[in-house]
Amino acid sequence: MSNSTALATVGAVRTDVAMVMSAEEQYVTFTVGTEEYGVNILSVREIRGWTPESRLPNLPPYVRGVINLRGIIIPIFDLRARFGGGPTEVTKRHVVVVIQVGERTRGILVDAISDILTIRKDDIKPPPDVEAGMIDAEYLSGLYTADNRMVTLLSVERLFATETGDVDPGKIPA
Amino acid sequence: MEDLSRFKQTYFDESAELLAVAETGLLNLTPGAVDLDEVNAIFRAVHSIKGGGGAFGFTDLVAFAHEFETVMDGVRNETIPVTTALVDTLIRANDVLGQLLAYAREGTSPPPGVTDGVVDKLRHALSGSGPAGETGAAPAAAPAADAPAPVYADDEDDEAGIFGDAMAAISAARAENGDSDGRTRWTILFKPKADLLLSGNEPTFMLRALRRLGEAEITCHTDALPSLAAVEGEQLYLWWTVELLASPDVEIEDINDVFEFVADECDIRITANAPPPVPVADAVPPPAPDTIPDAAAPDVAAATAAEPPPVQAAAPPAAAPAAATTTAAKPAEAPRRPAGGEHAGLTSHTIRVDLDKIDRLVNMVGEMVITQAMIAEHVRELPQGEFQELLEGLEQLAQHTRELRESVMSIRAQPVSSVFSRMPRLVRELGGETGKEVMLVTSGETTEVDKTVVENLVDPLTHMIRNSIDHGLEGPEERERMGKPRAGTVHLSAQHRSGRIVIEVADDGRGINRPRVLSKAIEKGLVTPGSNLTDEEIDNLIFLPGFSTADKVSNISGRGVGMDVVRRNISSLGGRIGVYSTPGEGSRFVLSLPLTLAVLDGMVISVGEERFVLPLTNIVESLRPKAEDLHGLVGQCDVMMARGEYVRLVYLHKLFGIPQAQGDATRGLVVLVETEDGSRLGLVVDEVLGQQQVVIKSLEANFRRLDGVAAATILGDGRVALILDVAGLREMSRHADHAGTRATTMAAQLASPPAALPAPSQRLETL
Repeated sequence: MSNSTALATVGAVRTDVAMVMSAEEQYVTFTVGTEEYGVNILSVREIRGWTPESRLPNLPPYVRGVINLRGIIIPIFDLRARFGGGPTEVTKRHVVVVIQVGERTRGILVDAISDILTIRKDDIKPPPDVEAGMIDAEYLSGLYTADNRMVTLLSVERLFATETGDVDPGKIPA
Repeated sequence: MEDLSRFKQTYFDESAELLAVAETGLLNLTPGAVDLDEVNAIFRAVHSIKGGGGAFGFTDLVAFAHEFETVMDGVRNETIPVTTALVDTLIRANDVLGQLLAYAREGTSPPPGVTDGVVDKLRHALSGSGPAGETGAAPAAAPAADAPAPVYADDEDDEAGIFGDAMAAISAARAENGDSDGRTRWTILFKPKADLLLSGNEPTFMLRALRRLGEAEITCHTDALPSLAAVEGEQLYLWWTVELLASPDVEIEDINDVFEFVADECDIRITANAPPPVPVADAVPPPAPDTIPDAAAPDVAAATAAEPPPVQAAAPPAAAPAAATTTAAKPAEAPRRPAGGEHAGLTSHTIRVDLDKIDRLVNMVGEMVITQAMIAEHVRELPQGEFQELLEGLEQLAQHTRELRESVMSIRAQPVSSVFSRMPRLVRELGGETGKEVMLVTSGETTEVDKTVVENLVDPLTHMIRNSIDHGLEGPEERERMGKPRAGTVHLSAQHRSGRIVIEVADDGRGINRPRVLSKAIEKGLVTPGSNLTDEEIDNLIFLPGFSTADKVSNISGRGVGMDVVRRNISSLGGRIGVYSTPGEGSRFVLSLPLTLAVLDGMVISVGEERFVLPLTNIVESLRPKAEDLHGLVGQCDVMMARGEYVRLVYLHKLFGIPQAQGDATRGLVVLVETEDGSRLGLVVDEVLGQQQVVIKSLEANFRRLDGVAAATILGDGRVALILDVAGLREMSRHADHAGTRATTMAAQLASPPAALPAPSQRLETL
């Protein structure tokens, strides 16, 4: 589990920055359908327009495929499909949020970027108990209310960790 | 002998680096602000050069380095004050050391006198510091005091002229006379302890080194030698006395240096029979400081403190003509001396480069290959017949790109001998532990392969050799009963074969005990009882995780972590492993690995919207079959007649679930592919787009491994294409053809490590 050390380092860096910003964190938020999600800005490496992916065989539909990010090959995950909304019908307006987790990079296909929020840590509410099996709550790090909108904050470390082999390659939800 | 020259090469290369280290250190040496770490670094550098030089018997060099080192030692102990003049002398000494190294590398002896001026100054520095009181006051006074007397760096021509000639004359005279005139007669008693040989020392070398110091008369004393029956091979019974007639510049330290490494293990007495004469150099009156430009230089340097006189670097060219003329005037001396008065110094024939830099280069070449492919793709769309020059230019570019790629790859290539050379020891130890007699034969050690491949070979090979000795080879008695030689042989070989490196570990042991392997596999639940397996399938059971036939767990093997790990390691390198065994005659493990993990020649094919790359090494041919060539085989799969052989057809679109594919072999194409173990199958694809070099990109770096996929690459248009793993496809297809669904069977779990290799588990389940 060499990854855990890498994650720990990322965590440590983030803590330092957070302290400077007096317990505040910045989140990039984006929409998938009518829902809004946020990921910590420090894990976002870049945001790019949709480019056609190359498909990978025998994988669940939310694994869109791989793209070439300046010479490295990164997987693209379809967040809508992952959350049960079926595969995204991509257009030129769709965007990919490129996320760095430790040494690894992955892209998340979303509908649109909506905002950058500065969030006080104290204002983050824990996710409610969700019915077992309904959603895998592991990758939810909390909920936040911004102007009457609910923003679901995602833990990038856990999001798609299984699929990328970070956790256990044997347990891929089919 | 060749080995020794290789070490010499390393020594010279390292010395060049050490010289640079010393020079940097010397340049930083500031009077009044001495950094002891810096001084230590210089001292160590000089000391290392001396030590290595001693080992190779470069006596002149060692003698000089010794002088140098002594002064550095003084600086280190703060008994010699650091002055600008001293630093200049030391820098000069460093240069001279470089020259001596260069002479040593060429195998020529340095011209006499080359060191004298500097040696004088070094000694001067040493003696000047002697009286205790002086040291403190020195820094200010020293430059003034030192400046007039010594010969400075740029007096090269002078040295070569007056000084050097005098020296040459003297030594020539000595050579002619041949008698002990001016020479010292030393008597050396060398009585090593009996176990000297056990520490790996060889008295012959020391005696030889003594002989290099002068004319030596060596007497061997055999009085301690016991009778032949009592002689033990590893004990030393001899001792020696040496009468050495050495030139006056040989000092007792030089003789002591010979015994440096064995001083504790020997009784050594060195006596000088004649009083050591005054060193010759001292006898020659030091030349007046006549070279004006440089006499000034030290003072300038004193102002800038750390900077050496810049003239120094420029001096040799100027010196050369002068020296050349003097040599011409003195023909007797000419043969001894190379054309220039001063040797150009030590130049290194190798460089050490950070691996990251090479990797960047490799990446860059990779990007270039991609760009080149991209241009080639666009050019194909140009109207034919036009742009002839452009096309020719591109053709050349392609050629150059390929050559560049090969050159870059060869930088990373290393012979497998670095791995092979570790094995004899392993074999020796294992032989001892198991009580078996084992002979290791290696061949093809010079076969080159990428550094990463070499590094990753150590573990698998260690495991395999362990396995061969522990499981394969019989004990000596058993072997004799079988009519085999007592000692078993393990043959380790490497060779290039069709763009890959093939490594074999073969033993002449008992071979795989198939009934036992099978019963063990059934016992462990890896095979259903009553299964009917072929010999090959049984042999391959040993690669299953958790499989071991050793009756008891030993230190060596038997824990069931072994061959499955080997297989996993090898396949993670893009390689495969196969086993061939004949009962009673032995087993042969064959590894096949790509030569590089960076680039491969591939064929781009398309299926539906997707494009894939097939490694060229796997492709036999591609053809479009007629309908009558195709047959169904017991309703399970399609076969095709190709060149008198039936091959199974594998539909890539079915295997990978690709929509909108042609799906009909008679309208698409069949690419006949062959795996490393020689089995063939026909891959049904839509189109073959063309041959191309592709840069292998890891899919696992950011994602994970996939069945049937070896890696990924980026095509000319910037899109990603998957590189197919033919053996993996074969396994997938076997499974798909037989059982339909993949995920439900236990086999899929068993084969969860990359199923690139024949995975018997998958087959067994379906039988």
